[in-house]
Amino acid sequence: MTEVKVRDARRTFDGRDVLTGAELDIADGEFVALLGASGSGKSTLLRAVAGLDRGATGEFTVPDRRAIVFQEHRLMPWSRVWRNVTLGLSGSDLRGRALRALTEVGLAARADAWPRTLSGGESQRVALARALVRTPELLLLDEPFGALDALTRIRAQALVAKLWADHRPAVLLVTHDVEEALRLADRALVLRDGRIAEEFVVDVPRPREVDHPRLLTLRRDLLRALGVKTSESEETS
Amino acid sequence: MSSSVLVRTDVASAPAVTGTGPERHRPPGPGWRQRVAPLRRLTGLVAVFLLWQVGASAGWLGSTTPSPAEVVNAAGELIGSGELQHHLGVSLARVAKGLAIGLAVGLVLGLAAGLLRLAEDVIDAPIQSLRMLPHLALVPVFIIWFGIGETSKIALIAIGPIFPLYLNVLHGIRGVDERLVESARSCGVTRLGLILRVILPGALPQILVGLRQALGIGWLSLVVAEQTATTAGVGFLMNDAREFLRTDVIFVVLVIYALLGLFTDLFVRLIERRALAWRRGFTGE
Ligand SMILES: Nc1ncnc2c1ncn2[C@@H]1O[C@H](COP(=O)(O)OP(=O)(O)OP(=O)(O)O)[C@@H](O)[C@H]1O
Ligand SMILES: [Mg+2]
Repeated sequence: MTEVKVRDARRTFDGRDVLTGAELDIADGEFVALLGASGSGKSTLLRAVAGLDRGATGEFTVPDRRAIVFQEHRLMPWSRVWRNVTLGLSGSDLRGRALRALTEVGLAARADAWPRTLSGGESQRVALARALVRTPELLLLDEPFGALDALTRIRAQALVAKLWADHRPAVLLVTHDVEEALRLADRALVLRDGRIAEEFVVDVPRPREVDHPRLLTLRRDLLRALGVKTSESEETS
Repeated sequence: MSSSVLVRTDVASAPAVTGTGPERHRPPGPGWRQRVAPLRRLTGLVAVFLLWQVGASAGWLGSTTPSPAEVVNAAGELIGSGELQHHLGVSLARVAKGLAIGLAVGLVLGLAAGLLRLAEDVIDAPIQSLRMLPHLALVPVFIIWFGIGETSKIALIAIGPIFPLYLNVLHGIRGVDERLVESARSCGVTRLGLILRVILPGALPQILVGLRQALGIGWLSLVVAEQTATTAGVGFLMNDAREFLRTDVIFVVLVIYALLGLFTDLFVRLIERRALAWRRGFTGE
């Protein structure tokens, strides 16, 4: 069962080709990480998959129930937190649904706060709750933790892992963090020159130990695919 | 060496940091500040009245300038005879009618231009060119078009506020963050929902700036509109007083204009406090 099927995705900005025929498949409930250098077109591909980019061409098969968390939280500053969570939803007991989603991300107590009073990590968790409350079949995450400090990021990763285990949506996670990809994903894709250049299957059972020998090999291969020399990266880590 | 200089600066600043005792960090009680704030606002007004009273009784302002006490007396007489209420009522009705038309037109045009490209292309050029005309210079034209009765006065009050409101609504809408619009779209917000939950709230701070300017222009237009060909309204009261050299009554009317302006400002502030509670702007030290 494939949830997502993308064929020949192309996007050009002012005569510059950013996507040149990218192909992507994500199975039902599969967790896929998308890596690539900065400016390689990861966000562009994600927006195209989300149906937010009218300028992208290609064949996109995506479920209707999808939700996206952006690089920045993008909450409406003039709406209370719980109102942000239920943005665009209709039906009864919206507040109850918002509170349940906020409980899952540990922020039920801030339901009536203004978004501007939240910390960066809290804002991203609200954005995550806003995605969750839609019970998506496909969850698109665009470096949701990129701007967080290391400790908060690890907590947020654990949260995403738990939410994915509980709800089992198909996930496409854009990240530039190799550790993050290896901790969370079933498969890691590398975007280069406008298409998916390499694929790595992370065949390590969960929960994953960071020093699992297979992960170490994968990490080296992935870094090489991203154009980082291994000896260098070992020194920095 | 620059590095050693840096180190020394650090050491020098250290005692200042450690030396601050806990009592120096204690914030002043918020309740205390809030209770005093309205009083502080009044002090400015009270000072102006005191200066006026002192200046008038000392003769600094010329022999014909009435003191506040005399003005209050004159106001008392006018209220006793019912004249003030009558004229004020007429003026308020004019402003209300004029503003109702002007604000509605400005808002609708601004929304149309802000939300629809086509509307902006059609509306914007004529409005921008009309905006440059001082609308108060239109008095003779309006009298030719609408006669010397109420209609021309209300038209004059209506026309001025259109422009600031239009401009601010349009720019407020243009200033809404495109990324928030995209994020709302990704949440499946409908067209109407997008306008009500994203675009209008995002534009509201700017719209309120426009409202403030529009109301100010409304009062200004009232003053001009009531200068000519009228037998009622506070402007007439002032003209009439001039004929009979009643400077105290002239000052009553001036004070009324000032108070109306003040109440307008308070009104907009009230809306801002309620509607823009989400903002965390710089509020001054
Ligand atoms: N709206 C736009 N107009 C013009 N160029 C754009 C636009 N959006 C993206 N680009 C360009 O397309 C390229 C890919 O951008 P994209 O945001 O997809 O990169 P990314 O892989 O997500 O990078 P990062 O990791 O830094 O977020 C960049 O060079 C960017 O300048
Ligand atoms: Mg990006």
